Amino acid sequence: MTQSGSVKNHTRHAALGLTDEQAVRMYELMQLARKYDERGQLLQRAGKVNFNISGINQEPSQVAMAFAMDTERDWFLPYYRDYAFVLSVGMTVKELMLALFGKAEDPNSAGRQLPGHFGSKRLRIVTGSSPVTTQVPHAVGFALAAKMRGENSVSLVSFGEGSSNQGDFHEGCNFAGVMKLPVIFVCQNNGYAISVPLSKQTAGRISDRALGYGFPGFQVDGNDPLEVYRVFKEAHDRALAGEGPTLIEVVTYRVTPHSASDNDLAYRTKEEVEHHRAKDGIPAYRRYLTDIGLWNDEKEQELLARIRKEIDEATEYGERAPFQSVEDAFRYVYAETDEAGEVR
Amino acid sequence: MPVLEYIEAIRTAMKEEMERDSRVFVLGEDVGLKGGVFGATKGLQQQFGEMRSLDTPLAESAIAGVAIGAAMAGMRPVAEMQYSDFMFPATNQIISEAAKIRYRSNNDWDCPIVIRAPIGAGVFGGLYHSQCPESVFFGTPGLKIVAPATAYDAKGLLLAAIRDPDPVLFFENKKCYRLIADEVPEGEYTVPIGKASVMREGSDITVIGYSMPLHFAMQAADELSREEGIEAHILDLRTIQPLDREAILEAAARTGKVLIVHEDNKTGGVGAEVAAIISEELLFDLDAPIRRVCGPDVPATVFNPPGEKHFMLNKDKLKAAMLDLARY
Repeated sequence: MTQSGSVKNHTRHAALGLTDEQAVRMYELMQLARKYDERGQLLQRAGKVNFNISGINQEPSQVAMAFAMDTERDWFLPYYRDYAFVLSVGMTVKELMLALFGKAEDPNSAGRQLPGHFGSKRLRIVTGSSPVTTQVPHAVGFALAAKMRGENSVSLVSFGEGSSNQGDFHEGCNFAGVMKLPVIFVCQNNGYAISVPLSKQTAGRISDRALGYGFPGFQVDGNDPLEVYRVFKEAHDRALAGEGPTLIEVVTYRVTPHSASDNDLAYRTKEEVEHHRAKDGIPAYRRYLTDIGLWNDEKEQELLARIRKEIDEATEYGERAPFQSVEDAFRYVYAETDEAGEVR
Repeated sequence: MPVLEYIEAIRTAMKEEMERDSRVFVLGEDVGLKGGVFGATKGLQQQFGEMRSLDTPLAESAIAGVAIGAAMAGMRPVAEMQYSDFMFPATNQIISEAAKIRYRSNNDWDCPIVIRAPIGAGVFGGLYHSQCPESVFFGTPGLKIVAPATAYDAKGLLLAAIRDPDPVLFFENKKCYRLIADEVPEGEYTVPIGKASVMREGSDITVIGYSMPLHFAMQAADELSREEGIEAHILDLRTIQPLDREAILEAAARTGKVLIVHEDNKTGGVGAEVAAIISEELLFDLDAPIRRVCGPDVPATVFNPPGEKHFMLNKDKLKAAMLDLARY
């Protein structure tokens, strides 16, 4: 590494405008998401919860993309593996645990939806569903509303590479391209749509599809969070400058089965999974922080202990919390109004 | 009070609501510069500009999906599906998304959109410009569905739909656009969603329906009154979801003889639910079996004129069914 430039900018993250605190915080969030996710798998295998779907190995890029966004102004439409992303924009482990246990206090849906179906108006996370890709046109609608109202707001919508084959992906991209709307389309290409590998899903490169809609598309290595941050920051700047949407294909790999009810070794080898597991972005990022003196073993131990405690407490809380009453599960099909006729 | 065509009432509702509320905008294929293929949005782009009368790409799922996003963001979009036959690509957005957004978020998010779509045959539109898709959406919790028969109701229900906090499908009958004209007040008024209305009072038979076929029933009722002294009681549902149970039961009890009419196919149509409601509550008050006159269970409808005419409901078909029921 050359030592030219100011002290401030001689690390990769500083050159991108990230402070040391932010760089460290990114690492902490990656680990928090990883440990939460591992606990979720454990709880499912132990029969404590009925369903779990994992985002393991996708955390570094999810954290990085969140750091490029403005949590006060932007709108977020994540997909079901985006635990690290939602944790990075303000959701707590406790809230995720409440969703995992399906409890009333879960801010995402009060336990109505499967875990991983995020939504919180307070955090500007838009409610999502299970039919994939429906959130893509919604993100375009949020961006359209922002443009109509003259707001400096960007929509970020993420989805898997399987989703990039759905009509809603194409229809949403095209609409946003025509109207030059401030949307960042994020394809988290983890190589598999349940059991179907990328090679059987598409013959082209997903990021190239942007060309057909008249806006730029980029491919980025999901194991390199700082590069992911750079690409997202540029896309965010473009959106705010009125230059329209960007498609970003984050290349990652799904090291877990699709969900708790999937046996992945029926369609891929252990060796293939291990090969990708070895490329995990979290230890690599830890090495980066260690090399520049921002991290050490002592801090690591302290972090892991803190996370362990937070997850233990959240697990206990989630397990003990009450379910929504069955009577309340019939509420909110339509708006409820008070005596004055106002919507509650 | 001015007499307006049904389509003019729809246009007026949008225009007045866009003047009143800057969150309201229309979007769809050809709705902007052209003003819609039927002219329902004519003049709106000239008055409100390109953004609020928005020509979209030809992609129905995006029209619905973008409208849903904008609605969640606090806007009040009115999306037009050029023909209801073409709204099926948007069905996933309507049923899986719009209908469930409030419920699945436990009331954190809401989705106040209106989706307008022309229904019905009789314009030589062939198999894909003639259908009535109500039954596809009917029974989906979270959706409201209205289908006005008159210009007065068209304006009042559209204003109510735009102001409603939940998603509303607004099925307007394309045959009514220029054929139906009635008195429509100037300025704002709403027709409450979920309330049926008695179109004609009578004591011999009850006809329950919605949209265009009610006009045939009204013509038939006038003739039956003149020719046979039979007085039909006619109930316009106006809203098909949620159904006005009270009004249905009251209308059925009035005569004890019920004929249900709609242009949508008979099997699985709204009429089946209306009949079930009456059967559940009033079976022993009935003096005749409940009958239905509906679109036959074939795709609506063929392009050739004799075939289309044979498919369509008309005054004579209703008159025969009403007379038969009265004589039961």
